[in-house]
Amino acid sequence: MAQFMGLAKTVLRNLFSKPVTTSYPAVPREYPERTRGHIEIQIEDCIFCGLCMRSCPPGAIQVNRGTGAWTINRFDCIQCGYCVEKCPKKCLSIVPGYTAPEEKKYTTSVVKPAAEGNAGQAAAAKAPVKAEADAKAE
Amino acid sequence: MAKRSIVPFGPQHPVLPEPIHLDLVLEDETVIEAVPSIGYVHRGLESLVTKKDFNEMVYVTERICGICSFMHGMGYCNALEKIMQVEVPRRADYLRTIWCEMSRLHSHLLWLGLLADAFGFEALFMQSWRLREKILDMFEISTGGRVIFSVNKVGGVLKDMPSDMLKSFVSILDDMEKELKETTTVFLNDFTVKSRLEGVGIITKDDAIRRGAVGPMMRASGIEVDMRKTGYAAYGDIDFEIITSTECDSLARCKVRIGEIFQSIGIIRQAAAKIPQGEISVPVKGNPDGEYFVRLEQPRGEAFYYVRANGTKFLDRMRVRTPTFANIPAMLQTLKGAQFADVPLLILTIDPCISCTER
Amino acid sequence: MEDLGSNIVKIELVELLPIIMEKKNDYWRLAQICCTFREGIYEVSYSFAKDFELVNYRLVVDKEEIVPSISRVYKAAILYENEMRELFGLKVEYMKVDYHGKLYRINEETPFLAKEEK
Repeated sequence: MAQFMGLAKTVLRNLFSKPVTTSYPAVPREYPERTRGHIEIQIEDCIFCGLCMRSCPPGAIQVNRGTGAWTINRFDCIQCGYCVEKCPKKCLSIVPGYTAPEEKKYTTSVVKPAAEGNAGQAAAAKAPVKAEADAKAE
Repeated sequence: MAKRSIVPFGPQHPVLPEPIHLDLVLEDETVIEAVPSIGYVHRGLESLVTKKDFNEMVYVTERICGICSFMHGMGYCNALEKIMQVEVPRRADYLRTIWCEMSRLHSHLLWLGLLADAFGFEALFMQSWRLREKILDMFEISTGGRVIFSVNKVGGVLKDMPSDMLKSFVSILDDMEKELKETTTVFLNDFTVKSRLEGVGIITKDDAIRRGAVGPMMRASGIEVDMRKTGYAAYGDIDFEIITSTECDSLARCKVRIGEIFQSIGIIRQAAAKIPQGEISVPVKGNPDGEYFVRLEQPRGEAFYYVRANGTKFLDRMRVRTPTFANIPAMLQTLKGAQFADVPLLILTIDPCISCTER
Repeated sequence: MEDLGSNIVKIELVELLPIIMEKKNDYWRLAQICCTFREGIYEVSYSFAKDFELVNYRLVVDKEEIVPSISRVYKAAILYENEMRELFGLKVEYMKVDYHGKLYRINEETPFLAKEEK
């Protein structure tokens, strides 16, 4: 009997319970807290050493000490977390939430506000702004 | 005199998870010979050692394959740790063992689903993959990713699993074990499954040694060798037996893999009970110089890692010999004399992972 | 023969076939064959395993030397030797099954050799 009716109990149980799948994207997904989604930076602590730029395997991060800008191309990032390990000031963190799909690739820049005691270069005083520039179109 | 014809079993086929090409020489529905041709997913990852330093190469080796990803990273880190003579803390060894066994669980469940799909039993395919989703959720809770974990580094691991997380994992596995028993009984006892698998694709014990078969392919022909008994990571402290079978056909390989699923759940329970407290990684300084061979037991068989370093931060050579590469001659032997309709099934019994083979 | 440490033994080209026959008579199985090209010479490593032991033999040849095939003795070597010839350009003769460069479907002739020489 087991030879022919092996799956019968499972089939009956599945017939009377609700489906296992969720109706994503109508029902948004809840991610666990360690999910590697995208990189965030606390720009006030950044010293523009450039270690994150040199250690990124696909080369998605650009650091410009002169203008005080930290730029990331979120579409090239592979969410490995190596930059988070290498940062000496621990101002980078990797948090849940994936980048939404778009038609063209672009980069995201974060600029540090110039204050007294800012390392070296006299950058013009800018308010902290998150500019989304159409820098690269691929 | 029957006529011979050559049929290309193309890179695209509904049953193959990854592209491989075979030219089959047929005589009236019986296969006489098969000529393989690979290279459809060759990315040349081994030549990236000249461009990325040895710490970044961990992230490259993890991305060789999606199913065996954790063990590739671990094999590479093991080889470098032996070259640089770094002692990994015991807690990191146990954590790596737990993640390895979870990888083996999800890989075998994936294979069982593909096997059921190959002979048309889609309901069983969906049930196996539904159970596999629970393991992928466990991976996401502990490491942050479902397929690529990024948790290995030279000198230890990056994330810790606190004891309440381990307790919840063990209780999820206990619930899963009951459902697994129902599903795997169908694989072993059902009339339709047995009629497709019994007596198909026989490879004798001498042939298996001569052709260099590894993994469950070798153990289903009665050879008792399992690389986990050499004691890498924390396997020296854990008792388990090597699962073998003597029938040498496809049903025997199915039995061996199902046995390994239940054995993995037992190993995770033992490791979670015996895990010591301590650190999870040690800092590593300097550059490697020397060479080393490492052998690991991946879900598909014995994998070989060879690393050669010359004192700078770029390595000279890294070579990964994956189990599928060693099983291909054995697969070509089982194809001789088989029926044409059994060819997709026989390719699946070696558990092909072609993206590992071609790197 | 010369011991290089970590289980690697260096051998000469003339010692290759006697060692292969000795391993075959003792029921060792072939685990892998690996080829590296550095500083103008090829280093070919043959690894044999039996139960849980592992030994490796290292053969050092120049670019023009010809290595005899071991595929008549160990059938498993067919794939490794074809791969070495296609990717690295190592000259191997008397192979039992010869794919004549069609095993890997790639456009370039010997891609790994070209990259090392750059």
